[in-house]
Amino acid sequence: MKIFSYRNSINSNRKWALFAAYGCLILFVIFFLFPPYYMLITSLKSNKEIAEITSNPWLIKQGLTLEHYKYLFNETPFLTFFKNTIIVTIAVVVISMVISVLAAYSLSRLKFWGSGVLATGIFLTYLVPDTLLFIPLFKIVGWLGLLNSYWVLVLVYPTLSVPFCTWLMIGYFSSIPKEIDEAALIDGANHMQMLLKVFVPVAMPGLIAATIFAFTVSWAGFLYPLAFIYSESEMVLTVGTVTTLIKGDVFHWGGLMAGALLAAAPPVIVYAFLMDYYIAGLTSGATKG
Amino acid sequence: MKLSNLIIWFRQKPRIAFFMCLPLIIMVTCLIIYPFFYSIFLATLNKAETKFVGLANFFFLFKRETFWLVVQQSIFFALVAVFFKALIGFIAAHSINELPSKGQRKWRGMLLIPWVIPPALSTLGWWWLFEPTYSALNWLLEKLSVEAIPWLSETFWARFSIILVNIWVGAPFFLIMYLAALKSIPEDLYEAASIDGANYWQKLFFITIPMMKNIISITILFSIIVTFANFDIVRVLTRGGPIDTTHLFATYAFRVGIESGDIPLGAAVSLFMFPVLAILSFIILRNVRKRANEV
Repeated sequence: MKIFSYRNSINSNRKWALFAAYGCLILFVIFFLFPPYYMLITSLKSNKEIAEITSNPWLIKQGLTLEHYKYLFNETPFLTFFKNTIIVTIAVVVISMVISVLAAYSLSRLKFWGSGVLATGIFLTYLVPDTLLFIPLFKIVGWLGLLNSYWVLVLVYPTLSVPFCTWLMIGYFSSIPKEIDEAALIDGANHMQMLLKVFVPVAMPGLIAATIFAFTVSWAGFLYPLAFIYSESEMVLTVGTVTTLIKGDVFHWGGLMAGALLAAAPPVIVYAFLMDYYIAGLTSGATKG
Repeated sequence: MKLSNLIIWFRQKPRIAFFMCLPLIIMVTCLIIYPFFYSIFLATLNKAETKFVGLANFFFLFKRETFWLVVQQSIFFALVAVFFKALIGFIAAHSINELPSKGQRKWRGMLLIPWVIPPALSTLGWWWLFEPTYSALNWLLEKLSVEAIPWLSETFWARFSIILVNIWVGAPFFLIMYLAALKSIPEDLYEAASIDGANYWQKLFFITIPMMKNIISITILFSIIVTFANFDIVRVLTRGGPIDTTHLFATYAFRVGIESGDIPLGAAVSLFMFPVLAILSFIILRNVRKRANEV
């Protein structure tokens, strides 16, 4: 009898907890998803309907239209922004991964004078936000003649991505058993071969997580392009969408929302497929140290 | 030196290790350490950058009301926003963890969307929601017979909106960190507690929270840094307005340094972030090390 009532109370507790959990989650989903939903609705509405103050703004009643998307491709430099962003992001990802994989291999396996301090220093540089250094960097990239060119982003974005990528890769490389590299060294492999043929394949999940991080930093960056770039032909998506698509015209909202959604689509797609790698990397970076 | 000697010299372990780190060292030195010290130097110049003025820029800021507003605002903003991000993240992570494991991924995926969209772009959507004439939020309020809210044109509501958007963007990060920490708590602790007759709240306060203490503090400290140094949201929503009452350090530095062209003064503004960042970083580092020793 006692066991029975104990079971019963567990069951009712569980049920209650599950009920509360669904309730909270539904509220959070509404709170988290209504802005993107509203952006999508606006981007598919005709200007006439957007301009009607009395009608329900949360629904489309007068038919879907793709005019805003067409406008975006035909009458704005949106595709140029897209192209620039892709170039910058590919370059930043490649540079970040080369720098951080080399350094992480060295710091996790080969010790040298000062390597411990360097590892700590890298963690600290990860905590330096872009907003601390954009003014001196503005002067420095000016001397280098890179102001108002998207290549400036290829130079400065790695400072935001490399520290975390290195930190993450140190964690993954350190978890590879030492016996593996001893075996490879006995077989006559040099460090480069060992890194490329043993470490990189084994630490692939970490590599994917680091790549996504570098991709995100580069795709979503806003302050540096806003401060360093002012010609439309050199702009990237974030800044181009925010600064050039807002025109004096009252009914620019459809085009603006269409632009914001298209610009946000690549990261959303990447995350939809590779979310698990990224989360595993992110949480291990912070939890394992 | 013969080439073969050179190769041998190069192949020695500490040297090759150093050379592999060299790109990183060069990048950090030239683009982080050097700009930092250069920023200190810049902050001691006059507007035309022709004359050394010592600490005059800093004293000038001390006399400006806007600057003190920025200080208050940044601190208040970071603390309030992070508190709610942590709370929402915790409740959401806990709720997801209660679900049968099949459904967890789907809910997690939906709740991570605000964190996946670049903040400058999602803030545009919020901006449109707050738009005075067509505000879809005010439309809802009107249906509920509540008076329309001047979201971005009145200081109080502008601050409220900025904090709201910041919570929206940042809460999913807490969700991820907490969910990972929750999963790492051994199930038998809860079973043992159930057998001893512990209820839901007792398990929460005596098992879950103590086991997650370290992750909670690392995540909160990290988020305070990110929130304190935030730029995108304020820039897109209010640009510091109405009348410079919603600036944070970053947006104020941008206004002064880049837009008004007073680079030394802008450098001085962003340098004020440094002490706060340094203290927080120090505590994070200590926590991460402690955590590393535990695991």
